[in-house]
Amino acid sequence: MIINDKRLRIIVGHYGSGKTEFSVNYAIKLAEKGKKVALGDLDIVNLYFRSREKTEELKKLGVKVISSSIKGSGVDIPAISAEIITPMQDKTYEAVLDVGGDPAGARTLGRYFQYFVEGQYDMFFVLNANRPETQTVAKSIEYMKKIEYTARAKVTGIINNTHMLKSTTIDDVLMGQELVEKISEKTDIPVKYVVALEDVARELPSNLEGEIFPIKLYMREEWMV
Amino acid sequence: MAKVLMKGNEAIGAAAMEAGCKYFFGYPITPQSELPEYMSRELPKAGGIFLQAESELAAINMVYGAAGSGVRVMTSSSSPGISLKQEGISYIAGAELPCLIVNIMRGGPGLGSIQPSQTDYFQATRGGGNGDYRLVVLAPANVQELVDLIIEGFDIADQYRNPVMILGDGMIGQMMEPVEFKAPKKRELPEKDWATTGTGGKRKPNIINSLYLQPEDLEEHNIRLQQKYNDIKKNEIKVESYNLEEADVVIAAYGTTSRIAKTAISQLEKEGYKVGLIRPITLWPYPYDEFEKINDNCKGILTVEMNSGQMLDDVKIAVKGKYPVYFHSRTGGMIPTPNEIIEKVKKIYGGEI
Repeated sequence: MIINDKRLRIIVGHYGSGKTEFSVNYAIKLAEKGKKVALGDLDIVNLYFRSREKTEELKKLGVKVISSSIKGSGVDIPAISAEIITPMQDKTYEAVLDVGGDPAGARTLGRYFQYFVEGQYDMFFVLNANRPETQTVAKSIEYMKKIEYTARAKVTGIINNTHMLKSTTIDDVLMGQELVEKISEKTDIPVKYVVALEDVARELPSNLEGEIFPIKLYMREEWMV
Repeated sequence: MAKVLMKGNEAIGAAAMEAGCKYFFGYPITPQSELPEYMSRELPKAGGIFLQAESELAAINMVYGAAGSGVRVMTSSSSPGISLKQEGISYIAGAELPCLIVNIMRGGPGLGSIQPSQTDYFQATRGGGNGDYRLVVLAPANVQELVDLIIEGFDIADQYRNPVMILGDGMIGQMMEPVEFKAPKKRELPEKDWATTGTGGKRKPNIINSLYLQPEDLEEHNIRLQQKYNDIKKNEIKVESYNLEEADVVIAAYGTTSRIAKTAISQLEKEGYKVGLIRPITLWPYPYDEFEKINDNCKGILTVEMNSGQMLDDVKIAVKGKYPVYFHSRTGGMIPTPNEIIEKVKKIYGGEI
């Protein structure tokens, strides 16, 4: 259950693993449970498909998006609003931090080190086994370790987000599941969620490690595959 | 190799390496920086060279040098950076060297923005540099096609000793899609006996040059270049078209906008409208003849672009006044929506424009 996760959730992973789509869905689900939710868009390495693009839509759904203090989707500046501190300090907030991809993207987290007290945050590592860089146990663990090192925080849960966009099949999810369960066994980090489009999620077997997490695609336009 | 998910910019790098490209010279600029980043990481592992030049001018001239030695070489940039490269591109075309130039377009003019656009159509197809030269310009509409065109583009460049440009918009570079790597259709590629690889004391030196001291010689060179361009026009046109025999309105679009047009067309078909599509894949040479296939009763051609009307000129040349030509666009990094296109098509149907 997402409400049982720690109040401060940090979403990291390889770039293109689907962190933003997961973060947006997660934040909306929290808001649907009546929580006061802030989604921190900490992505300063990628300039397209960031959660800040959906600020207005998310506001209507009860999620406050905090990103750069300099408005404009064409702003190519590594700036993050100081307001991001609010949900870290104010315990009435449920916080989701959507972090930029790769160790380079995770570098922004170093600044907030003091708020990442062991036992008081969750850091979820989102993995898509259809991405070339995270197809084996060894390479995925290496990625995870590099991100942990840069972030100065520990991964507390693995998210199987293996997909092929709108043409994702059960086989994609199960292929990724095999990988994350092996990573979990090797690292002792639990598989927290198994992410899939709603139609696919309904068909998944119930014996998977981790909770099934159906999502909608908020970031893909209707003309995209 | 099974299908994997790749971002357009990464896929360009992977495809170039698949095609045997060992050299990359460039300078970072959004929205294509993932490409030099990928090359800086992957090329050295494959025994190649990645070099971040001090400027775009330096980068394109490094490409000139490397191409002159006969190796497969690539550079990439986005709109303002490609403008800086124009002098070198003209020299490369003049010296007849094969290379691949990638332009992941952003909004302009000037520094413009980092969001997607198609505003460099004129620059790519009419020549941003000086002189009577042509680039082969390929416009992919999805990441798979991007990969295929990069791999084939290197072959086209080698076959004709001509620079090839991949013209994609920021969306193609940034979008994540499934791809697989396939070998292109086999071409008979000529020996690179012109390359400056050292004479070994056995032959006269090869000279790579675009300067001619005798006007007679330069005229002869230009006539030969034009003959080559005519061969390319004859052999290399690529276009996708749909329902030209039945359509009451035909949409002309390339790259990302062609995909939005397709979404609009399938929605319009559900409502009973007959709409066709011409999607040029080569922007030069342009598929003018494809427009001849449009039925006589067609009410008009709707060109959709993310600029203020650039391919529009080629569409007008192609239809020779036979059909009215309409235009829909968004600029500045804005992307047209399927609904906007649907409305415009309905207006053409209703004779409202």
